[in-house]
Amino acid sequence: MADLEAPQSKTRDLDKLLLRAGNLVGPDFYPGTELRDDMRDYVRILVVGAGGLGCELLKDLALSGFRNLDVIDMDRIEVTNLNRQFLFRLEDVGKPKAEVAAKRVMERVSGVEIVPHFSRIEDKELEFYNDFNIIALGLDSIEARRYINGVACGFLEYDEDDTPRRETIKPMVDGGTEGFKGHARVIVPGVTPCFECTIWLFPPQVKFPLCTLAETPRNAAHCIEYAHLIKWPEVHGGKSFDPDVPEHMKWVYDEAIKRAELFGIPGVTYSLTQGVVKNIIPAIASTNAIISAACALETLKIVSGCSKTLANYLTYNGGEGLHTKVTEFVRDQDCLVCGPGILIELDTSITLQKFIDMLEEHPKLLLSKASVKHGKDSLYMQAPPVLEEMHRPNLSKPLYDLMGRVQKDTVHVFGTALKNEEKQSSLTKLRVVFKGADGVTDMDTAIGA
Amino acid sequence: MSKTKYDRQLRIWGEIGQAALEEASICLLNCGPTGTEALKNLVLGGVGSITIVDGSKVEFGDLGNNFMVDERSVGQSKAKTTCAFLQELNDSVKAKFIEESPDALIMTNPSFFSQFTLVIATQLVEESTVKLDRICREADVMLVFVRSYGLTGFVRVSVKEHTIIDSKPDHFLDDLRLNNPWPELKSFVETIDLNVSDHVAHKHIPYVVILVKMADEWTKSHSGNLPSTREEKKEFKDLIKSKMISIDEDNYKEAVEAAFKVFAPRGISSEIQQICNDSCAEASSTSSDFWVMVAALKEFVSNEGDGEAPLEGSIPDMTSSTEHYINLQKIYLAKAEADFLVMEKRVKNILKKIGRDPNSISSPTIKSFCKNARKLKVCRYRMVEDEFSSPSVTEIQKCLADEDYSGAMGFYVLLRAVDKFTANYNKFPGQFDGGMDEDISRLKTTALSLLADLGCNGSVLPDDLINEMCRFGASELHVVAAFVGGIASQEVIKLVTKQFVPMLGTYIFNGIDHKSQLLTL
Repeated sequence: MADLEAPQSKTRDLDKLLLRAGNLVGPDFYPGTELRDDMRDYVRILVVGAGGLGCELLKDLALSGFRNLDVIDMDRIEVTNLNRQFLFRLEDVGKPKAEVAAKRVMERVSGVEIVPHFSRIEDKELEFYNDFNIIALGLDSIEARRYINGVACGFLEYDEDDTPRRETIKPMVDGGTEGFKGHARVIVPGVTPCFECTIWLFPPQVKFPLCTLAETPRNAAHCIEYAHLIKWPEVHGGKSFDPDVPEHMKWVYDEAIKRAELFGIPGVTYSLTQGVVKNIIPAIASTNAIISAACALETLKIVSGCSKTLANYLTYNGGEGLHTKVTEFVRDQDCLVCGPGILIELDTSITLQKFIDMLEEHPKLLLSKASVKHGKDSLYMQAPPVLEEMHRPNLSKPLYDLMGRVQKDTVHVFGTALKNEEKQSSLTKLRVVFKGADGVTDMDTAIGA
Repeated sequence: MSKTKYDRQLRIWGEIGQAALEEASICLLNCGPTGTEALKNLVLGGVGSITIVDGSKVEFGDLGNNFMVDERSVGQSKAKTTCAFLQELNDSVKAKFIEESPDALIMTNPSFFSQFTLVIATQLVEESTVKLDRICREADVMLVFVRSYGLTGFVRVSVKEHTIIDSKPDHFLDDLRLNNPWPELKSFVETIDLNVSDHVAHKHIPYVVILVKMADEWTKSHSGNLPSTREEKKEFKDLIKSKMISIDEDNYKEAVEAAFKVFAPRGISSEIQQICNDSCAEASSTSSDFWVMVAALKEFVSNEGDGEAPLEGSIPDMTSSTEHYINLQKIYLAKAEADFLVMEKRVKNILKKIGRDPNSISSPTIKSFCKNARKLKVCRYRMVEDEFSSPSVTEIQKCLADEDYSGAMGFYVLLRAVDKFTANYNKFPGQFDGGMDEDISRLKTTALSLLADLGCNGSVLPDDLINEMCRFGASELHVVAAFVGGIASQEVIKLVTKQFVPMLGTYIFNGIDHKSQLLTL
C-alpha cells in the first residue's frame, strides 16, 4: 500500500500563522483552514496607487493569502519610475500603471485575481469603495489621502451610545515614503484616529515669500520659482504651465538661467529646475519595500486576527543609522470626519428658528449666529444677505420636514462659538434624532405622496 | 536613458554614489524571499553584479512566499530561477548563480568570498554565521546577515571598520563661525553700516552681519567674552532687538532666532576630537586615505585652524539684499578654499612621509573631506562570535525589563535559542505539527540556559513569546522577508556608497507590535 503523503500546501509558511492557535493574537482569531480559505476566496482588498508603494503592496498582498485584489491609479508609466516600480519595464512606458501592475502580478502568482482601474479615485461611486474589506493606500499626496479617508469614514455609523457599529467600520492602512524616511499607519474609523484627526502631523509646504522671488533672489531655487511663478504668467498670460511638457520646462529653465546670471547666482541646473518646479521627492526601492511590507503585514493581521496589530503609527528613518518608532495617537472626539457628532434630540414640531436658538443655549456648543446644512442642502445661511433672504422662509418650518422627515440624520452647523472665553468660528457635526417620529407619521407621508 | 531611469535616486546619492553602486559585486546566500527581496532592491538600483548561491530546488510551498519563482519553475534550481527573474528587473546588472549549498561552500571553499564587495547572508544558522564572519573579516569583505523567522527576524552588519566622509546627517548646524569670525569676515562686516537711513536697506542686511557686529560690541564691553549665562543671552537678544526700527524687519527676527549660534562653543566637537585621537590617526604606510586625511585634519586643527576644522563654506538662505548675500557667500567660499589648500598641502606632506605618491589622494576627495570634516563618522563592528560569547549583559537585562522592548530582546534570545535547539533535535521548534508542547518546553529550557550562559541569571522570557516562537515554526513569511530584506538592502547601499550612516548593531524586528529595537551588544 502506498504511503499517503500529506499534500503540500502552497501557503506552507502562512499556514503556520493561520492554522495554529496562539496567545498573542487578535480578539477574534479562529485558526484553521476555513480562515485561510475564506481569506483567499472572499476577502477583497483595494490598493490605491500602483506606484512605488502600490507595486510592492500588490506583490505583498498576493503572497499573504489574498486572491481578490483591485488596484486604482490614474497615471501612466514614466521612465523615472523604473528604479523602484519593479512591475514595469522600459517597453511599458506610457501605459496605465494599474493595468500593467495587475497583469504582471497575475502572471507571476497564479490564482490571484487583480482588477485594475485606470481612473481617478474621485470618479468612482462611493459604493465601489464599500465592496472592500480593507483599503491599502500607496498615495503621494495629502489631498488624495484626505479624500479616501473621507469616503471610508463616511460609511461609519454609530449606535445610540456612541459606539461605532462594527459592520460599518472600513479599516485602512496607509503608507508614505520620502528618501530614507517613511511611515505606516493603521486607521480603524471610530476606533483609531482617522487621517483628519491627525492632520496636524503634516507640516505646511514651504513657499518662498513673493518679495524674495521678485526683488531679492539669493539662490538658484529663487530664480527658478521666479521664472515658474512670476515670469511665465507674465509672458504666457492665460496659458497654464505644464511641467510634463518639455518645451515648458525648458522655457522656465532658460528664464531661470537668465535671472541667475543677472544677479550673479550660481547653481541653476536643469535637474534642479525640474526638482523645484515639480516638487520632486527623491525615491528608492528599499524604503518603499519596507513601508509596504509593514502595511501589508498589518492588513494580514487585521483581516485574519492572527496576531496583534500596530497601534497605530510607525515612523521609519534609515538615513542616520536605523530608527523605527511606534506612536499611539488618540482620536479627536470632535473629529468632523470620523466622529459621531454631538447628539441632539428634538421634537418633530421644532422649527428651524427654534433649533438655531437652541444651539446658542446648548452647553457643549454655545453657538451663535448659526448656519445650518443638511447633507448638500443649505437649510439656512446667515450670510451673504442675498442667500439669507432666500433661506429665511425656512426658519418658520419644522426642522423635521426640512430634513425630509427622517427619524435621524446628520447636520452640520457653522457659527461663532465661545471657546475658553474666546469667540471662534466653528463648524460642528450634529446628530439630530427626532422623538415621536413613528410609523403613523410615515404612513401619512406615504398617503400624502 | 539609463541616467533618467535613476533620476529619483541620483537626487539622494549623486553620480558618485551611483558609480560606487555600479562597481559593487554582491553575493547572496540562499534565495528564499528574504534574500530575493533584499537583492531585488539592489538590482533595481543598478548594482554592478549579483551572484546567487543556493543548492535547493523550487518547492510547491515556495510559490506562496517568493515572488522570484513561478509555477513552471517548481522542481528546478531555485538559484537559477530567482536569478533569471531578478535579471529581468534591470538588464544593466550582471547576474550569476551557483547551485551549491551556502553551508557547504562556507565549509569547503572560504576563498570563494574574497572576490565580492559585500556578502548578504540570509537564513544562516549560528554555526555558519560565525564561520562566515571569520572568513569575511579575514578577507576584508563587508557582510550583512539577515534572518526572517515567523513574525520576527534581524539584520546585522559585520565590518571591521567603515569610515564615512559624506555622512549626510538629517540635521546639522551650519558653519557660520559667528562665535569665532576670521579677519576677512570681520573686515567685510565692518564695511556695512547697520544704522543706514534707508529703511529698505536697513531690513535687508543679512543676520550674519548683524550678529557678528553685535557679538563684537558685546565682547568689547564684557572683557572679550561672549554671552554665557541665561541672563546674558537674554540681554544679548534684547540688544539685537533694540536695533530694529520697525516690526517687519525679518532680518532682525532671524538674527534673534539665530543668536544661539553666537553662544555655541567654539572648535571641533568631541566626536571629531575622538576620531582625531584614534590610534589610526597616526598615519603609516598601511593607513587608508581616510586616516591620512584625519592625520592632516589633526595637524590643521592644532595649527592654521586654531581649534577649528576647515570651514564648510556654504551659508543658509537668509533675508538679505542679493548683493550682500552674494558678497557674503564669496567671503565664506574664499575661506573654505584657503583652508582646503592648507589641508591639501598637509595631506601631500603626510603621504610623502609615509612613502606614498603625494598625488594619490585626489583634490576632489580632499575637498569633500574638508567640507564634511565636522561630520565624519567611524563605524566599527564586533565580530558576531564575540557578541555571542560576551554580549553586554546590562544591555540585555535592561531591555528584557523594558515595557516596550522586552519583546524584541526576547526575540533576539529566542532566535539564538532556536539554532541551538536545531543543533540538538535536528529540527526547529514547531517546524512540524506534532509535538508542539514538547517543543515549547524544550525551547524554554534552551533559552533559559542560553541566558544563564550569557550571565543573565534571573532574567525571564515571557511564556507567550516562547509559545509564539514555536508557533512560527521557522516559517518565512513574504511580508516579513520583504521588510527585513528591505532594511538589509538599505544598509548595503549605505555601505557601498559610503554615504549616510549604517546601523550600528543588530536590528531585531518585532512584527507583532512593530516595537523593533536596534541592539548594540
